[in-house]
Amino acid sequence: MEEVKASMAGSVWKIVANQGDSVEEGQDIVILESMKMEIPIPAEAAGTVKELKVAEGDFVNEGDIIAIVE
Amino acid sequence: MIKKILIANRGEIAARIIRTCKRMNIDTVAIYSEADEGSPYVSMADESFLIGPPRVNESYLNMDKIFEVAKEAKVDAIHPGYGFLSENDQFAKICTEMGIVFIGPSSNVMKQMGSKILARKSMEQAGLPVVPGTDGAVSTADDALAAAEEIGYPIMLKASAGGGGIGMQVVYSDAELVKAFDSNSKRALTFFGDGSMFLEKKIENARHIELQILADHHGNAIHLFERECSIQRRNQKVIEEAPSTFITEETRKSMGDAAVRAVKMLGYTNAGTIEFLVDEQENYYFLEMNTRIQVEHPITEEITGIDLVEQQITIANGKELSLNQENLVIDGHAIEARIYAEDPVSFFPSPGRISLFVLPEGQDIRNETAVKEDYLVTPFYDPMIGKLIVKGNTRDDAIALLKHALSDYKVEGIKTNIPMLLNIVDHEQFLSGNTTTGFVETYYLTQFNK
Repeated sequence: MEEVKASMAGSVWKIVANQGDSVEEGQDIVILESMKMEIPIPAEAAGTVKELKVAEGDFVNEGDIIAIVE
Repeated sequence: MIKKILIANRGEIAARIIRTCKRMNIDTVAIYSEADEGSPYVSMADESFLIGPPRVNESYLNMDKIFEVAKEAKVDAIHPGYGFLSENDQFAKICTEMGIVFIGPSSNVMKQMGSKILARKSMEQAGLPVVPGTDGAVSTADDALAAAEEIGYPIMLKASAGGGGIGMQVVYSDAELVKAFDSNSKRALTFFGDGSMFLEKKIENARHIELQILADHHGNAIHLFERECSIQRRNQKVIEEAPSTFITEETRKSMGDAAVRAVKMLGYTNAGTIEFLVDEQENYYFLEMNTRIQVEHPITEEITGIDLVEQQITIANGKELSLNQENLVIDGHAIEARIYAEDPVSFFPSPGRISLFVLPEGQDIRNETAVKEDYLVTPFYDPMIGKLIVKGNTRDDAIALLKHALSDYKVEGIKTNIPMLLNIVDHEQFLSGNTTTGFVETYYLTQFNK
């Protein structure tokens, strides 16, 4: 199980992978936005998106869990 | 004559413009979003208006609301600053239609320079060399391969609708191009809703050198020398200096003449910047034109003694330029360091509350700031919280002063790039003037194994 965490504080700009999707290593799960910068947050290992902890527009802090990939 | 100006911007540049207006005895109107209520520039202006919620679409990009304020406050002119609506030709056009002076070029020229492809074509016609590349967007990997054969590797692949380095990659072979085309095109489609790409020759060991120009409504145009802005992270400038340590007097003159010729041919008016890439042989290539005041304009002011915002307002008033090219000289050396609220290694933004804020002070140290102590840096806008500008008789003097000033610059409560700046200004490659656009990747990030 992998916890996909936010690498910076910001808002969830776009959700790219949905719950139940299978993702490759390095595939983007969500795109965060902060201070005019969009940062894609990828899965670090291949698997299935078991749970998405955020919705578009949510504010997350650095280190918050965004998704769980199994 | 302009008596009252609305500043359609925020932060340090709004404060900077207000200062010059006060000196020129011009009234100022600030606009602010809910997130900027406590910003220093808001209280500096003679009048200030809340224009909406934090998000830029509802505030600083909300033209209707801004024009509503302009009417209510009865301003004669709007200064757009940089970013936001500063390069929006529709905004400039509506200003003029409403009888409000837009402090910048005409909407037509702005539109021409706003399109990467049009700008390239017009500058080519004006006799400026351009980076070899595709004239338009290519939509398939096969088309990209055909174009690559003509251009030759290495090639920079860029997203047509892109910005901020997204969808951008350097490729060295056909195989790499095909792979990079598909992945970057896909990412550009996700980000910008447009997967089309264009190709440009990658200039190796390039420097980013730009020419500041001023042009009035009477056909006069001058340049105020160059700024070298090669030290960048995420394709955004971090340290800028004037003059460049690299180009010879001959190249300086050639670039300056070319820039002036181009703006005259375009019928360009007001302040502007022509950006070039310069290779190791001092060949220069047109990159883009910024039709507004630049973030790094203070270094030009420091070496010429000319207030660029004052010049912008004077030109907008329809006056003739009082400066002659022959009388302009470079006095000393100026460096600007941008202070960003971000992690100094990953460059990820670091919004939050500033618990301690102490600015360096001293002769030849200039601060342009957007924040103060106990200020909340929000995630809604650019991470730049300040600019530190120093001047010396020589580059070495300026660097020595910059080191002192950076050491005295105290920001707590959020992360800043000050450790990165201190590291760079102490680096032997920076000291020797080996400042190419790859500096941060080659000499800075390698220290952290990133």
